Amino acid sequence: MSERRVVVGSKVGLHARPAALFAQAAARQPVKVTVAKEGTEPVDAASLLMILTLDAKGGDEVILTAEGEGAEEALDALEAELKTDHDA
Amino acid sequence: MAVEIHGIGVSPGAAYAPVARLAPTPAPPADTGPEADPAAALETAQAALEAVAADLDARAAAATGPSADVLFAQSMMPRDPALAAQVEKALAGGKSTPHAVIEAYGFFRAALEAVGGYMAERAADLDDLRDRTVAVLLGQPMPGLPDPGHPFVLVAADLAPADTATLDPEQVVAVVTEQGGPTSHTAILAKSIGIPAVVACAGATGLADGVKVLVDGRTGMVTIDPGPGWVETALEFERRRAEALASSRGPGRTADGHTVQLMVNLGSPADLDAAAAIDSEGVGLFRTEFLFLDRENAPTVDEQTETYGRVFAAFAGRKVVVRTLDAGADKPLAFVDHGDEPNPALGVRGIRLADHSDAGRALLEDQLTAISAAAAKHEADVWVMAPMVSTPAEAAAFAAACRAHGIAKAGTMIEVPAAALRSGLVLDGCDFASLGTNDLGQYTMAADRMNGDLAELLDPWQPALLELVSLAAESGRELDKPVGVCGEAASDPQLACVLVGLGVTSLSMSPGSVAEVRAELATRTLAECAAMAAAVLHAPDAVTARRVVTEL
Repeated sequence: MSERRVVVGSKVGLHARPAALFAQAAARQPVKVTVAKEGTEPVDAASLLMILTLDAKGGDEVILTAEGEGAEEALDALEAELKTDHDA
Repeated sequence: MAVEIHGIGVSPGAAYAPVARLAPTPAPPADTGPEADPAAALETAQAALEAVAADLDARAAAATGPSADVLFAQSMMPRDPALAAQVEKALAGGKSTPHAVIEAYGFFRAALEAVGGYMAERAADLDDLRDRTVAVLLGQPMPGLPDPGHPFVLVAADLAPADTATLDPEQVVAVVTEQGGPTSHTAILAKSIGIPAVVACAGATGLADGVKVLVDGRTGMVTIDPGPGWVETALEFERRRAEALASSRGPGRTADGHTVQLMVNLGSPADLDAAAAIDSEGVGLFRTEFLFLDRENAPTVDEQTETYGRVFAAFAGRKVVVRTLDAGADKPLAFVDHGDEPNPALGVRGIRLADHSDAGRALLEDQLTAISAAAAKHEADVWVMAPMVSTPAEAAAFAAACRAHGIAKAGTMIEVPAAALRSGLVLDGCDFASLGTNDLGQYTMAADRMNGDLAELLDPWQPALLELVSLAAESGRELDKPVGVCGEAASDPQLACVLVGLGVTSLSMSPGSVAEVRAELATRTLAECAAMAAAVLHAPDAVTARRVVTEL
C-alpha cells in the first residue's frame, strides 16, 4: 500500500471547485484512492461529498493512500492536483 | 383594495408584472418500503440522480463565471459514489426508493452541518438536489424556474444557485423571496444583473401565480393588485431616477447644496483603472492587504513605494485614504507568527499586530515609510488610517507614528464599538475617522460576518449600528474633524442619505454605486436627510428603520 502526505495548496481548502476538481481527478485513476486528515477515517477520494465532510483547509496536510498496480502514478497525479492553488 | 407586504429592498428599481412562483418542492408519498426488488430500485434511483446531474450539466453549460463553477461542483454530487452507497444502504434497510434517496441526502446534509461554517451553508444545496431527485422519481416537474411565457416577478422561499445561474432578466423582471438577507445569494445576483429584488419578505410564498404585483426594490415594498395610479407613479419615479442617474456628475451634494465627498473603495491594483475612471473625489478606503497576503516574505519598502505611487498617480489631484495593513489570524501572513487564535476576529489583527510583536511594528514602520515616500512623489492628497483601533491611546500613538514619517493626515478606522463610544477622545488624538460599518456591525451585534444565518443582525440598517455612527459623527462635528463611512452601508442610496443626515461628511463605496448614491442624495435636502436619520434612530429594528424612511 502506498501512502503520500500532501499539503492542500488552495487557500479555500478542499472546498467548492478545488474539491470538485480533486474528486474528478481521483475518479479518473485506475485504482481506488482514499484521503484522510490525521486522525480521521480515510474516505473515497472520488467522492466529492465525503471530501467535503473532511473539511480540509488550505495548508492542512492530508494523507492519500492507494493500493495495487499504478498506485504510485495515481498518487503522483493527485498530489499534483492537491498542490495546485486553484484560487490563484 | 391594494394590499402590501414588506421585505428588505436589496436591489433598487421598480417592476410591475404577474407573479410566477418557483415550482414547489415535491411532497413525497408515504414510505411504501421495503421495495420488492432493491437492485432494480437502486437502478431507478441512480437513473433519477443521473437525470438531475445531466440537467445541472446543461445549466452549467449555459452559465458563466462563478455560477458555472458552483453548478460544476453541484452536478458531481448526484453522481457521487458515496451517495449511491447510502441509497443502497437505505433500500436494504427497508425504505421505498424516494425515501431511500431522501435518507441518503440527509446523511450528507447532517455530515456537512456537523462540520459547520461554509459547509453548513452547502447543506441547503443538498436539499435542492434532493428535491430535484425526488421530483424525477415521482414523475413531477423538477423544482426550478417557472416559464409562463411572459415577463414575471419570480417569487420563491429562497433561491438556490442552480435557479439563479440561468435567470433571464428579460423574463424575470423582479425577484421576491420570503427568506434570505441583504448579503444572500439572491441579493448579490439581482444587483449584478440589475433587476429589483426584495428579500426576507414575510408572506411572499402565499402570493398566487398570476397575481399582478408592484415590486419596489428600493423600499422593499410589494404591492398586490395596486391601482393604476400607483403603478404609474412608481414607474414614473423609476424613470426619473434612471434619468437622474444618467445625468449625475461631479461632487456629491444634497438638493440644497450641502457637500458630501463621494469616494470609491479600492482593494486591488487590478481594479485601479476602472476605479480611477469613476467620477468620484478619490479613494475613501485603499486596502493594502493585497501587497502582503499570499507571499513568503514581506514586501520591501521600495516595492511598496512603487505600488502606492501607482495608485497616487492614478488619483493625482484627488484624495486617497490609505488603510494600513489589516492582517491577523483570519488573514494570516506567512512571515508573521500569528499563534493559534480560537476567535480570529477578536484577536491580534489590524493595528494590534504592530503593538504586539516586533515583526508587526516593523511592518507598520516600513509601510508608513513607503506611503510617505510615494506621497512625496505624487500629487494625490494622501491620508492614512489604522484598522481595528479600540482606544484613544491607540489612535493617538498611530497618529504620532504617521507624523514621525511626515504624513499630514492621520486617522482612525472606527469599527470597534469602543472606538465609536469614545469617538470624541479618539478624534482628539488624530485628524479624522472613517467608519467601517461591516466590522462595526459584526462587533456591535456579536454576529459573525461569515454566518449567513445571522444576515438580519448584520443588516447595515440596524439602528444600534446607526446609533454608533451618529455618536462618531457628532464627535466629528464638535471637533470639526471629518468622519466618513467606508463600509457597505455607504453603497445603499437610501442609507447613504441617512448617514449624511447623521452628520457623516464623506461616503466611500464600491465604484459601481457612486452614481446611484449621488443621484439619490441630489433629490433630498440636508433637513430631509436629518429627518430620515432621526426616524431611523427611533426605529426598534432594521426592517422598521427601512420602512419609516419610505413613509416620511
